[in-house]
Amino acid sequence: MRKRHTPKDRLITVALHVALAAGLFFAAFPIYWMLSSSFKSNTEIFALPPTILPKAFTLEAYAAILGDPVKLRFFFNSYFVAGAVTVLTVLIALLAAYGFSRFNFRGKGSLNTIIISTQTIPPITLLIPFFGLVVSYGIFDTYVALILTYLVFTLPYAILLMTGYLNTLPRDLDEAVAVDGGSSWTALWRVIVPISLPGIVATSVYTFLLCWNEFLFALTLTKSTSMRTVPIGIQLLMGQHAFEWNQMMAMSVLGSLPLLLIYLVAQRYFLAGMTAGSVK
Amino acid sequence: MTRQKRSHHKLKRAVAPYLYLSPSLLIIGLLMLLPMVTVIAYSFQNSAVLRRDPSFAGLKHYQAIFDDPVFWASLWHTLYFTCMSVIFHMTIGMVFALMLNSDRINPALRNILRVLYILPWLFTAVIIAVIWRLLLEPNGVVNSILMQIGIIGSKVEWFSSPETALHAVTFANIWAGYPLFMVSLLAGLQGIPKDFYEAADIDGAKAYQKLIFITIPQLMPIIISISLLDFIWTMQVFPLIWITTGGGPIYSTEVLSTYTYKLAFSSYNLSQASASAVVILLISLGLTLFYIRYQKAR
Repeated sequence: MRKRHTPKDRLITVALHVALAAGLFFAAFPIYWMLSSSFKSNTEIFALPPTILPKAFTLEAYAAILGDPVKLRFFFNSYFVAGAVTVLTVLIALLAAYGFSRFNFRGKGSLNTIIISTQTIPPITLLIPFFGLVVSYGIFDTYVALILTYLVFTLPYAILLMTGYLNTLPRDLDEAVAVDGGSSWTALWRVIVPISLPGIVATSVYTFLLCWNEFLFALTLTKSTSMRTVPIGIQLLMGQHAFEWNQMMAMSVLGSLPLLLIYLVAQRYFLAGMTAGSVK
Repeated sequence: MTRQKRSHHKLKRAVAPYLYLSPSLLIIGLLMLLPMVTVIAYSFQNSAVLRRDPSFAGLKHYQAIFDDPVFWASLWHTLYFTCMSVIFHMTIGMVFALMLNSDRINPALRNILRVLYILPWLFTAVIIAVIWRLLLEPNGVVNSILMQIGIIGSKVEWFSSPETALHAVTFANIWAGYPLFMVSLLAGLQGIPKDFYEAADIDGAKAYQKLIFITIPQLMPIIISISLLDFIWTMQVFPLIWITTGGGPIYSTEVLSTYTYKLAFSSYNLSQASASAVVILLISLGLTLFYIRYQKAR
């Protein structure tokens, strides 16, 4: 057993807690500052010395954002595109993962390698041909353009995540369906899908997050204000009123809410997706 | 009859996986592999995208890029930004993981801190950029604190002076990205068998010896694969730099992604931008091959 409560040991424990506090300041202060600034008036944001807590607590920044239909539209667009892509991705990835997990076929290994490597394709490389395609098919500045292009980078992750999950499920279950004369399609929907809900949730969460955060394609493939998503909306806000920091912070808080809520409610699934790239 | 049925069933089993995979393959083929071929083709054309019948340009656009000092500056900035980010992501992630894993802190506190230390991960790059712009404003809170402590004598324009801008964006990215390492290493730490440490205790090993001879070697596979992925992803960072500095001032934070973006959508030189995009693709592919090899060797 380790000896405890010697003076040296206590010193180490105290030092560790001091370091933990410093780490906490590093990790959380910027977030705290965003939150507290969103409740300040714009003049108070640059008060000297800075006020740690809002001196005159105000919701004016939130009122300005939530009362503006243009900004609400950014939120609608983000939710709509991310939601649509998530549904499509999960469906398509589920089928692919089922194929990978339950069948042996020619080219399986190389297909798997291709899917793993597509995760690292730089978005900027795809952006130029996407722009060309989107313009020539007349879908520039539409939801379709965003949904199709987002699918490309959500699918590989989703397939890997779902395959990983399906591989953990015992095969006897779907084989029982086959013995009863059912097709693999029946087995998928009757047996696999109901018990794959945790995997489906993890995949959905991660897909939603990827779409919610997307910036480059939304910036380039849309143009009108009514098609813009939240990240682009924040950037626009910055150009228009360079000094309305409280509104920018309020919009940032509102734009972070979905991810924060998902994280709090479904931490396990969230982390499963976030670390998926590294634990294949 | 039964034989027929059985062979029918066999055929179905043989075709089924391709059917299940077909939607994914269609999307990946049409929207990923085809565009990759297209961008390579663009890079050899004059006025790609803009003209219907572009003429063949040979290696002209690659030549133009390699002759452009801004390209080389961007490459250097990308390397600096990426290497510093990965090194500090790893160091901070490791220190935080070790601290959180220590049995000297109480479990409730550990759980709270674990959630709070992950915070930077939950924010979109654009929001992170906006937060750091506010923090690092000349009249902002960071300058105010640093001046009160006496570290700096006068207000520093972190993002708008060429001497500090690259360091400032790198710092913001370091802050944004360490949680991936932290979470992965924390999971790795919990997977190291306890008897390793018990055996070391019996031999009278010191804490730092256990760290060097047990913990770090055990975590090495995670460290290597996350570093590679982090390197590939950090190289591609766009929004953080676009929103904080836009590549400026005077190209001092221009990286390959902003350089390419500007060529394409500010100068509308899509051919040259394609050449630059192909260069980025080749670097990424090289690193990816390395990564896949490493994963397979494991």
